[in-house]
Amino acid sequence: MPPAAPRSGEAIFASVERVNAELFTLTYGAIVRQLLTDLEEVDEVNKQLDQMGYNIGIRLIDEFLAKSNVSRCVDFKETAEMIAKVGFKMFLGVTASVMNWDADGTCCSILLEDNPLVDFVELPDTCQGLYYCNILSGVIRGALEMVAMKTEVTWIRDMLRGDDAYELQVKLLKQVPEEYPYKDDE
Amino acid sequence: MQFFGGSEISPSPPTPAATGAGNNAHMIYLFNRNGVCLLYREWNRPLHTLNPQQDHKLMFGLLFSLKSLAAKMDPTSADKGNLGVPQLPGQGCSFHSFRTNTYKLSFMETPSGIKFILVTNPRTGDLRETLKYIYNLYVEYVAKNPLYSPGTPIR
Repeated sequence: MPPAAPRSGEAIFASVERVNAELFTLTYGAIVRQLLTDLEEVDEVNKQLDQMGYNIGIRLIDEFLAKSNVSRCVDFKETAEMIAKVGFKMFLGVTASVMNWDADGTCCSILLEDNPLVDFVELPDTCQGLYYCNILSGVIRGALEMVAMKTEVTWIRDMLRGDDAYELQVKLLKQVPEEYPYKDDE
Repeated sequence: MQFFGGSEISPSPPTPAATGAGNNAHMIYLFNRNGVCLLYREWNRPLHTLNPQQDHKLMFGLLFSLKSLAAKMDPTSADKGNLGVPQLPGQGCSFHSFRTNTYKLSFMETPSGIKFILVTNPRTGDLRETLKYIYNLYVEYVAKNPLYSPGTPIR
């Protein structure tokens, strides 16, 4: 029996259970608000959001792989396409596009036209250093680490800070191959 | 399959063609990428030869080596490192099952390094769809469980 072909993002998005978009946005906003009150330092909040995203990412990858039925991506370019076209569509319902590949194909930008996390959000002057959507960068970092790629994900453009779009830069640091975990001296 | 009775996950599992009455499977193992045995259940194992830790280590080591061997001996793949060079999980071809005269062992590995092993009677057909179904269950109940820490055995 030939293995099933990978399913498209829209097909999976239509088949999973969905929550109300506003509920999701407001819940996320409440989380960030609470973190700001607890931690007070904007950098700390950024780090905490990234860590939360990392914890989500390491579990999310299994759900992504199970539902989308993809096989191993051949190289980083395909991986980035998968994240943008299938991953974002499947989990957030938005389409993202990949652009700005650098010369060796290890660094690219993912552009989000609309971002459901930031509906109704405005950053006050006291929080100008805050990366509101930092949880997304943590999610991508965590998910890619579970498929043996160490990456660094940063925000290049953020609409809440006055730019015109949301742009994430994903940089592949290295690929970590699987090693035999047991020592030989048992 | 009978050992997951009454689950409401869709799609429903495919029924294997030749199932006798009663349980089809002997044992199931689930490993993560570091060799930690996340799950081990047995339904029909008359002979115990090793204690559980050694058994898990042996099983993991066997599959790791078999997968590595299968990938290196692949006649259609372009790149061949030396035997023993670590491979990215999921890269290259991976074996699906092997059969002896007393049992059949089916294997599936996800790109995230989770390995599913099912030991059944030798007449079982191709279990890849079943293993995928089990992976979906794993995702539903284990990955999404907030009380579960990744990398520890499943209770």
